[in-house]
Amino acid sequence: MADKPKVAFFDFASCEGCQLTVVDSLQTNPELLGAVEIVNFREASSRREDDYLIAFVEGSITREQDEARLKKIREQAAILVALGACAHTGCVNALKNLQPLDEVREYVYGDKAEWYPTYAARPISAVVDVDAIIPGCPIDRDEFIKVVKALLVGKKPPIPDYPVCVECKLKGNVCMFHIGKTCLGPVTRAGCGAICPTSGDGCEGCRGFIPHPNENAMKDVLDEAGLTVDEISARMTMFNAYFVSEKEA
Amino acid sequence: MTKTNLNVNVRHLTRVEGHGDIVVDVENGEIKKCQFEVVEAPRFFEAFVRGRPYTEVNHITSRICGICSVGHSTASVETTEKALGVKLTKQAELLRKLNFYGEIIDSHVLHTYYLVAPDFLGIDDVIPLLEMNPDVLMRALRIKKLSGDLCAMIGGRHTHPCALVVGGFTRTPTERELRDMQGRLVEARADMDETVALFSTLPWPEFERETEYVSLQKDNEYAFIGGTVVTSDGFSYPIEDYKKVTNEWCVPFSTAKWAKHNRESYMVGALARFNNNYDQLHPKAKEAAKKLGLEPICYNSFLNSAAQVVEMVHCVEDGIELIDKLLTRGVKPEEPAPVQTTSGEGTGSCDVPRGILFHHYVYEDGICQEANCIIPTNQNWANVNADLNAFLPQILDKPEDEIRHSLEMLVRAYDPCISCSTHLLKVEFA
Repeated sequence: MADKPKVAFFDFASCEGCQLTVVDSLQTNPELLGAVEIVNFREASSRREDDYLIAFVEGSITREQDEARLKKIREQAAILVALGACAHTGCVNALKNLQPLDEVREYVYGDKAEWYPTYAARPISAVVDVDAIIPGCPIDRDEFIKVVKALLVGKKPPIPDYPVCVECKLKGNVCMFHIGKTCLGPVTRAGCGAICPTSGDGCEGCRGFIPHPNENAMKDVLDEAGLTVDEISARMTMFNAYFVSEKEA
Repeated sequence: MTKTNLNVNVRHLTRVEGHGDIVVDVENGEIKKCQFEVVEAPRFFEAFVRGRPYTEVNHITSRICGICSVGHSTASVETTEKALGVKLTKQAELLRKLNFYGEIIDSHVLHTYYLVAPDFLGIDDVIPLLEMNPDVLMRALRIKKLSGDLCAMIGGRHTHPCALVVGGFTRTPTERELRDMQGRLVEARADMDETVALFSTLPWPEFERETEYVSLQKDNEYAFIGGTVVTSDGFSYPIEDYKKVTNEWCVPFSTAKWAKHNRESYMVGALARFNNNYDQLHPKAKEAAKKLGLEPICYNSFLNSAAQVVEMVHCVEDGIELIDKLLTRGVKPEEPAPVQTTSGEGTGSCDVPRGILFHHYVYEDGICQEANCIIPTNQNWANVNADLNAFLPQILDKPEDEIRHSLEMLVRAYDPCISCSTHLLKVEFA
């Protein structure tokens, strides 16, 4: 039997919740451990080897010094996967990009701010080429399993490019806009099973926007729902501040 | 023979959440340096929640930590509710506590089984258990799944609860869901007994250093959400006076801040809660403590993991009783309670898996103007370093590998959450 493919997990600025979701995926799919060999996973293991084929990277890039580490991972990995929203879109880390960075540093670290270098948070695709994404904050456990299975048989991972509304309708939920709430479902990439609307809370856009989102129509709908310009801007930037600010730049 | 020169640099300590290094430098038998350095990239949450609507703040601060997202979310909504005058219903209060128990179990099973146990078994991670002792691994996975499902049942999602909002919840679990969950908690008692039995056999390193323990406290229950801030040195403060306890400062080798109160350092977390609030533990949790050889006041930081086992038992038992209370009252869907004002200031506190956590916000017209979050792991750094410096001389006659491993275990015992605290960790033996 051929050797099992070696995989590694790395993280940058993030909450590590996506790697924890990976650990939790063993509850339902312990057979994964038989299909791959995990050679590097700091959060869960002391093993450290650098001969991996597939690298899963969680976290945003927020410092010059992180770039070199990420580039090294890219050089080694035949397949590099952005694991979760921080790596895929910049997630909430990019909210700081909306404010002057000197002020941001000073607010948290006061007169010691110069000890802590930082630059605008960015997805890993801003620094290296990415072969696959697993969106979401956090990632969806079942989707992670699907992506791994696809990668192992050499297929493109099946990440939806249609909006959350599709899954929400299939679940039979009443539209959030019909019960006086607001929702980014129309522009947000599906794959989560419309988890937030199903729990009664409008989609916040954590999986990033679909390709070619109609943002103006989305803003119109939010406007009709009674949101102010500031509230609309807050909705659009909560999980997508990097995307929105790059587009405006 | 005691080593006269030793250089240890553990870069990116493993089996902890986040990046930190242990750096040890011994010259001519004298410890020049022995410290834990946090190297995690800072994330600046307090700065970037400013300007965000109050409805977003808990969902954003939840992202400080993937292990204790329920803890951050709960502390956040409690803070906003104080600031904006929200009165929770009894049902919402009980559900929050039950959700919190889910996370305490989830986080503690992760730390004790996945992160700490491998140290005693001489393995890198839990994966070899699949061959060595599948029963233990399957038990860990089972408890993990139970606690994750409990969190999802109430918060809508295991990590980063979406249904947990200011004023209550956007979805209420059904009586059937609660009853099923209660049945699973009752079944989990057997797993808890096995867990206590397993951890009572572990040879915890012998080490004691007197320090101050800080936690929340309530008269009538083992405190996790709200209450009074108390310390084992006899101090007591209302939550609003948190800065009198934490006194944070910056150190150049760490992107996490440090804290001190009555002494040079203090400890927070399961051991601190156990030491301060033993009386309020569930009788079954007290029995578990006895079997684990743990009694207050315990000054061995390694036993923080044993205290976590005790708390798991407490949360299972009290969780069963909480569900009884909910079912007896009758569970009905309710809308989140409204805010009474859109401007105000509030401080909230929860004793999350790693210890006491404070959030403090100022709102104007519903928009967050100021924010401060004081993370348990930050409060522990000074104590971790004091422990490292007290423990190293005791083990300096051991082989270098063993010294390294023992120091790693000591840091790991604190269950540090480095993403939170810089929201970073690195162990270097120079």
